[in-house]
Amino acid sequence: MGSQTPWVYVGIFVLVGLFIPIAAIAIATFLGPKKPNAIKQSTYECGIETVGDSWIQFKAQYYIFALVFLIFDVETVFLFPWAVSLNSLGIFAVFEGIIFILILLAGLIYAWKKGMLEWA
Amino acid sequence: MNAVPVNYYIILSAILFTIGALGVLIRRNALVIFMSIELMLNAANLALVAFSSANAQLDGQIFVFFIMTVAAAEVAVGLALIVAVFRTKKSIDVDQINVLKG
Amino acid sequence: MNQADFYSLLPIIVLTTWSALLLIVDLFIDDKKKGITAVLAAAGLALTMGLTLSQTGQTVIGFNGMVILDGFSTFVNTLLLFSGLMAISVAYGYIKRRGIERGEYYSLILFSIVGMMLMAQARDLIVVFIALEMLSIPLYVLAAIDNSNAKSEEAGIKYFLLGAFSGGFVVYGVALVFGATGSTAFAEIAASIATGNAETLLVLAGAALILVGFGFKVGAVPFQMWTPDVYEGAPTSVTAFMAAGAKIAGFSALMRVFATAFPDIAVDIAPVLAVIAALTMIVGNVAAIAQKNIKRMLAYSSIAHAGYILMAFAAFANPALRDDAISAGIFYLVAYAITSFGTWAIVISLEKEDGKGLAIEDYAGLGRTKPLMAAAMTIFMLSLTGIPPTLGLIGKLYLFRVVVEAQFMWLALIGILTSLISAYYYLRVIVIMYMKEGEPETVSESWLTFTWGAMAVLTVVLSLIPASLFAWASGALMK
Repeated sequence: MGSQTPWVYVGIFVLVGLFIPIAAIAIATFLGPKKPNAIKQSTYECGIETVGDSWIQFKAQYYIFALVFLIFDVETVFLFPWAVSLNSLGIFAVFEGIIFILILLAGLIYAWKKGMLEWA
Repeated sequence: MNAVPVNYYIILSAILFTIGALGVLIRRNALVIFMSIELMLNAANLALVAFSSANAQLDGQIFVFFIMTVAAAEVAVGLALIVAVFRTKKSIDVDQINVLKG
Repeated sequence: MNQADFYSLLPIIVLTTWSALLLIVDLFIDDKKKGITAVLAAAGLALTMGLTLSQTGQTVIGFNGMVILDGFSTFVNTLLLFSGLMAISVAYGYIKRRGIERGEYYSLILFSIVGMMLMAQARDLIVVFIALEMLSIPLYVLAAIDNSNAKSEEAGIKYFLLGAFSGGFVVYGVALVFGATGSTAFAEIAASIATGNAETLLVLAGAALILVGFGFKVGAVPFQMWTPDVYEGAPTSVTAFMAAGAKIAGFSALMRVFATAFPDIAVDIAPVLAVIAALTMIVGNVAAIAQKNIKRMLAYSSIAHAGYILMAFAAFANPALRDDAISAGIFYLVAYAITSFGTWAIVISLEKEDGKGLAIEDYAGLGRTKPLMAAAMTIFMLSLTGIPPTLGLIGKLYLFRVVVEAQFMWLALIGILTSLISAYYYLRVIVIMYMKEGEPETVSESWLTFTWGAMAVLTVVLSLIPASLFAWASGALMK
């Protein structure tokens, strides 16, 4: 070990990273019984027969919802260090954090009022 | 204990950055171009974190936080634009986005 | 955060709060009364401008050296806020006419200006990058705001992809500079380079990547290819804002970064910048000749003017000339902002809802039907060429003087020759307005008329008293 330690870690990461997907595929290939027939080969969709092309326009509402989620989700990258070190930062940091959350809140109110949070 | 030399990280990040930049220049699908741009940003993130640990300073890691949030904001705007273009054009091939020329 | 921190960013804090509140308030304003939003946005800009002007002459470093308030930032921020007011003034009637009137339009302009102002005050590469994205992301949305129009959408996606691409270059450049110098603060970067602690090759590569990124933003050759398409496709009121605001912010950041973070490698970079400036002037002016659409012509003209401003950077290599180069550069930005807003206001007056009325031929007969508007357009075209009595000439004189003093004779010569080329396509507009027969249809809308009228007066009057304006620009030094 000694001077080689970081490379050992890199090696372990590479091996584990390769092992998991290979193992998952290999186990399924070797252990799973294969008796294909027409019904098994067909696309599975909630037990209902699939109709039409899969390249259809789906409801964009899901997508906007995801975008709004993404933005608010990423903001926690700032809130987490703020929360962890709040004690050592003092009272000003509390206000700064509150202002930050208020700005986010403005975005949320905007999205809400624009109907981005409605499913229907 | 010897760490992995910082050069290795920088070479890896330079390779990633080059792949990203070439992807932007060569690929024609707006989504793939966008993914290549994200690769460029992440190459910069890797370089920043590596330098940060080599210089024993936190600045670089804090910068990575900002790059991540900015990238998320770009994703939101960029995907919205790409979807809007797809709705009108039924294509996101940048060669077919060519109403404007002079 | 202490009082100095708060004070150094006070105008930006006020404008940020104002624009976030405006976004909320706008939700409760009836769709037919979006004029209220425009007035509120303009009021916010005016208030911020008052605060900025009240800080004239002060130097405060805030947030552990991340931002600075100095003469330079006060001057540039005032110019940016002025651009914002003009952008609202030209947009007010136009977006209503085109049916793209939304409250968000004004909020986005305000957000973009917040980013631009932060750019002028940045004293750390992290802040430069955040400011760059804060000003760019609203502009991407604004370019594509007419989402029923294929041209506007295309302009938005092109601007977005190339803008994000250039952002990638800036970030990687910052990473390399950080690696070489161990810091992202301008002062520490400069100190590290001066003491020879930094790896020169890494610093040069980083500075070059940052230069590429900003080259995209300001539309310098060879990164100019997006400019004509985006300028043509975006709604004209957005183009007007982009042409002035994004240029001012991009150049002020370039000046700040290269003057305060990389003064010791300026000698290595100056010849490169001189070549880029020469190419930008040549490509912009030559390509503009062939244009039939006025928006495209003005886009190439804006590339050419970026080239003229870049000439100032060639003088950076000589430390004795650095202050002169900066004041000549920002003086030219003032001249360009005033002239270009006037020109765009007239372009908007002639534009029809369906996108017609944008060919240069459509200006035929304007001299007879609308003599005042044609006179104003004549002033703007003369100013863009650099013919007296206009502000454009004074700006060019200051620029050429500093370039000659820096011993870049060949660059000054190219500047003068390309100005002569530009006379051909600018004067052609005047010839068409007065010599050709035609019945141009114009829109009379009070704010638009005010914009082109006031800008025409400013272009002429300021050119008669340039010394006072230049004295202000000379006082706008970086600390």
